[in-house]
Amino acid sequence: MLQKLSCCVQNHLYRPCLKHCAPVQAPEAPGVPVWLQPGFQALQGPTGTGTASSLALRLNAVLLFSLQIFINNEWHDAVSKKTFPSINPATGEVICQVAEGDKADVDKAVKAAKAAFQLGSPWRRMDASHRGKLLNRLADLIERDRAYLAALETLDNGKPYSVSYLVDLDMVVKCLRYFAGWSDKFHGKTIPLDGDFFCYTRHEPVGVCGQIIPWNFPLLMQAWKLGPALATGNVVVMKVAEQTPLSALYVANLIKEAGFPPGVVNIIPGYGPTAGAAISSHMDIDKVAFTGSTEVGHLIQKAAAESNLKRVTLELGGKSPNIIMSDADMDWAVDQAHFALFFNQGQCCCAGSRTYVQEDIYHEFVERSVEKAKSRVVGNPFDFKTEQGPQVDEEQFKKILGYISTGKREGAKLLCGGNPAADRGYFIQPTVFGDVQDSMTIAREEIFGPVMQILKFKTIEEVIERANDSKYGLAAAVFTKDLDKANYVSQGLRAGTVWINCYDVFGAQAPFGGYKASGNGRELGEYGLEAYIEVKNVTIKIPQKNS
Amino acid sequence: MSLILLRFLPLQIFINNEWHDSVSGKKFEVFNPANEEKICEVEEGDKADVDKAVKAARKAFELGSPWRTMDASERGRLLNKLADLVERDRLILATMEAIDGGKLFSTAYLMDLGACIKTLHYCSGWADKIHGRTVPMDGNFFTFTRHEPIGVCGQIIPWNFPLVMFIWKIAPALCCGNTVVVKPAEQTPLTALYMGSLIKEAGFPPGVVNIVPGFGPTAGAAISHHMDVDKVAFTGSTEVGKLIKEAAGKSNLKRVTLELGGKSPNIIFADADLDTAVEFAHIGLFYHQGQCCIAGSRIFVEEPIYDEFVRRSIERAKKYTLGNPLLPGVQQGPQIDKEQFQKILELIESGKKEGAKLECGGGPWGDKGYFIQPTVFSNVTDDMRIAKEEIFGPVQQIMKFKTIDEVIKRANNTTYGLAAAVFTKDIDKALTFAAALQAGTVWVNCYSAMSAQCPFGGFKMSGNGREINLKIYVQVKCLKGFFLYLFIFF
Repeated sequence: MLQKLSCCVQNHLYRPCLKHCAPVQAPEAPGVPVWLQPGFQALQGPTGTGTASSLALRLNAVLLFSLQIFINNEWHDAVSKKTFPSINPATGEVICQVAEGDKADVDKAVKAAKAAFQLGSPWRRMDASHRGKLLNRLADLIERDRAYLAALETLDNGKPYSVSYLVDLDMVVKCLRYFAGWSDKFHGKTIPLDGDFFCYTRHEPVGVCGQIIPWNFPLLMQAWKLGPALATGNVVVMKVAEQTPLSALYVANLIKEAGFPPGVVNIIPGYGPTAGAAISSHMDIDKVAFTGSTEVGHLIQKAAAESNLKRVTLELGGKSPNIIMSDADMDWAVDQAHFALFFNQGQCCCAGSRTYVQEDIYHEFVERSVEKAKSRVVGNPFDFKTEQGPQVDEEQFKKILGYISTGKREGAKLLCGGNPAADRGYFIQPTVFGDVQDSMTIAREEIFGPVMQILKFKTIEEVIERANDSKYGLAAAVFTKDLDKANYVSQGLRAGTVWINCYDVFGAQAPFGGYKASGNGRELGEYGLEAYIEVKNVTIKIPQKNS
Repeated sequence: MSLILLRFLPLQIFINNEWHDSVSGKKFEVFNPANEEKICEVEEGDKADVDKAVKAARKAFELGSPWRTMDASERGRLLNKLADLVERDRLILATMEAIDGGKLFSTAYLMDLGACIKTLHYCSGWADKIHGRTVPMDGNFFTFTRHEPIGVCGQIIPWNFPLVMFIWKIAPALCCGNTVVVKPAEQTPLTALYMGSLIKEAGFPPGVVNIVPGFGPTAGAAISHHMDVDKVAFTGSTEVGKLIKEAAGKSNLKRVTLELGGKSPNIIFADADLDTAVEFAHIGLFYHQGQCCIAGSRIFVEEPIYDEFVRRSIERAKKYTLGNPLLPGVQQGPQIDKEQFQKILELIESGKKEGAKLECGGGPWGDKGYFIQPTVFSNVTDDMRIAKEEIFGPVQQIMKFKTIDEVIKRANNTTYGLAAAVFTKDIDKALTFAAALQAGTVWVNCYSAMSAQCPFGGFKMSGNGREINLKIYVQVKCLKGFFLYLFIFF
């Protein structure tokens, strides 16, 4: 069954197809009750008696891995002995307690990472191709435990299981494999320097990399961060989001199993103001990479400046414009604009949260978008029919509802949704606002929820100007059949990614990152490696230079 | 043992993921060079079979085919899978290689198979990383390049590293999305045929890889003359390399890459670590019975250490145990076939006749199989045949030199330019030689260090193009589109 699921991925059908992927009974392994087998609950889906809550409780019983801090390939309690709860957003119930890392734990982790990075260490002496082999092995292990990891992700984050399994896990594996390939291919250069010299560059790892990752794609963001860092030979101290620490800790086990030397990857669950701040202001961390809000991005860059001028890469918020020209394929545009905003409960930094629609098709577009939003299935994320699960936590839930009421107050037209979608858990109805003006709060700030803003425009020059009138610049899209329009708009938009006639197309091969306050540096692709190397120029005096 | 292995092995022509008899119905015999016994008979491909294979490869390369529409990363996945299968069957493949090619089993298992697996992994990683460019062209234009596969690639491989050469050829070609028609050497077709079944098992679509065992003048010539083969890659002798290029010129101007012979200089300075230098110089020549295109077959030793170097080299060469390459403890197997065996003995005779000093060896070994004693010549001068021609056998030539300028001149005074090495602790000498030697690879204080990450190929008549270099398997397409700034009216 699991193998069959991959057919849906290969067909770019990011949901289980009914032909292959209908829930089936998991085979019984001797000695282990069926319901204890990893992934089983998830595959079962809700039964007559199975609510999200009971599924979560059953899954609780299979948290057969350590919930501590991972340093030196070993598990540690927090120095403070403190723990914090991880919560199931579908129910608001506590899943488990996780060790809470703070400054003292970060110090321990950095010490371990530094030791692993010493000249002559196993990690420094390892063949580049072997680093690639370890990353490939990690990908194999994640693939092996794919169903379990997907279930864990859904339990902790609330995203539909079918999405975790088909999208997140697929991209995680592909990302690791992609960077595995780079490990022995990121070349330095020999340089024809003037004079009698021989000159070359070495691409050396930066050193100890602090990596702070968000809760919206916990596993995928972990892979995005680990892939390039490890391919280029760095050591890592990673802080995972306090909302979603579980899958990352499970992956820590796999990192050990894959055979990475102790200290190469260290993982600390904890909070931003404590563990995160300790990383960004640490004097012995050479680089910090952060994905999260622009607000925190400012703090990280400041901390780096005030401590040791560590290198900083940031992947922050967005308010990405999605421009629909009147000549676009209407069905496709409505479909993609819906997907661009509502995917992952709207919790995407690149969400197409300003949908600009050309005047002459505006009404039809709005009508069909509302229809589509209304038909979106919200519910138990373990149910295969579910398209939208809960928001990640209460704070986000309240913030989104706050934005919705601001939108109403400021005069946007609420066309559907606008309220919580269940009695408990952090579910919000798919919400569409029409007649949105550029000056409204909901058109300027990142909502990070299932709330779609539709705006009207007349001319191409106008829409480019309006689209760029934002402090953000993460992504953008244009839908048109006209080659010239497509080229013109894609040049005019100030964004790190421009999609043409598509949205949210990601692959490990293509770089991703922001203009302006959406961040700096790029992740993925060959460009993604640049943040993780220092270029060393070596120049040697020679008796005589020849071409 | 060989009989058991044969049960696993298809002995036919591999086209479209299927096994075919030859059109002519002919077969040829494959021998074990260690005992001159016949191992089996293999279907003999000729022009008609090459035509069939090219047709299959062309079909697999059609626009819209599964292979052309496959994600680049998926091509990488298939190559990785193939690497896993080779690893799984490592023992079988290494044994076949030893029986068919006279290669030491331990060498085949550790070195050859190791290199195959690593090369497949390496190329698999490149599949989705060969970037075209966007180009800031003058004027109102938008320009980008696409790196497209060339198409149907003919690949003709030698018998000295049958499996490694097979992988060196197919891995980059497949990584870039080409389809291939491979002709393995008639002496050593077995592992290539076994690879056919692994390629099918890995899941490559039919027609992507086609394997036609056969002879050079028939099947090889058919490939290089073929009007529908877009590129031919050949590894073998310089003599045949010329024929290939000629055939390409006469037919459709197909792209040609050649990896040919060598007479590589290995220069030992008095300041080098002598133990290291003797050992590398020895391995650099005697590895795989001297049957390496990169063999360091002209060893230039600086005057002050010449006698000591010769003494130690002889001592090292005499340590050899010859015998059945499958047996543990054996250090040298047979030459590949009678033709090579006789050619080597003839060159040894010429050395003696022309006045080189035969220090050890110099004749055949045993009464069965194509074994030759490890042979060392000293007092070799540049004009002797053994200092000019590629011997491709266990025959080491040691020459003397005095100055840097002299040895650079002498080292470069050859039609070949495949590899070279220098042994010295002096950084200036090392870098001077790195620049001055006309060779595709220069080793400093080592020899034969090769790996999938590094390009390999020859200057001058040692060939053209570099292997494990993907650029030769893609063609760049430049696309320019009008980009109008004229505003569009809605």
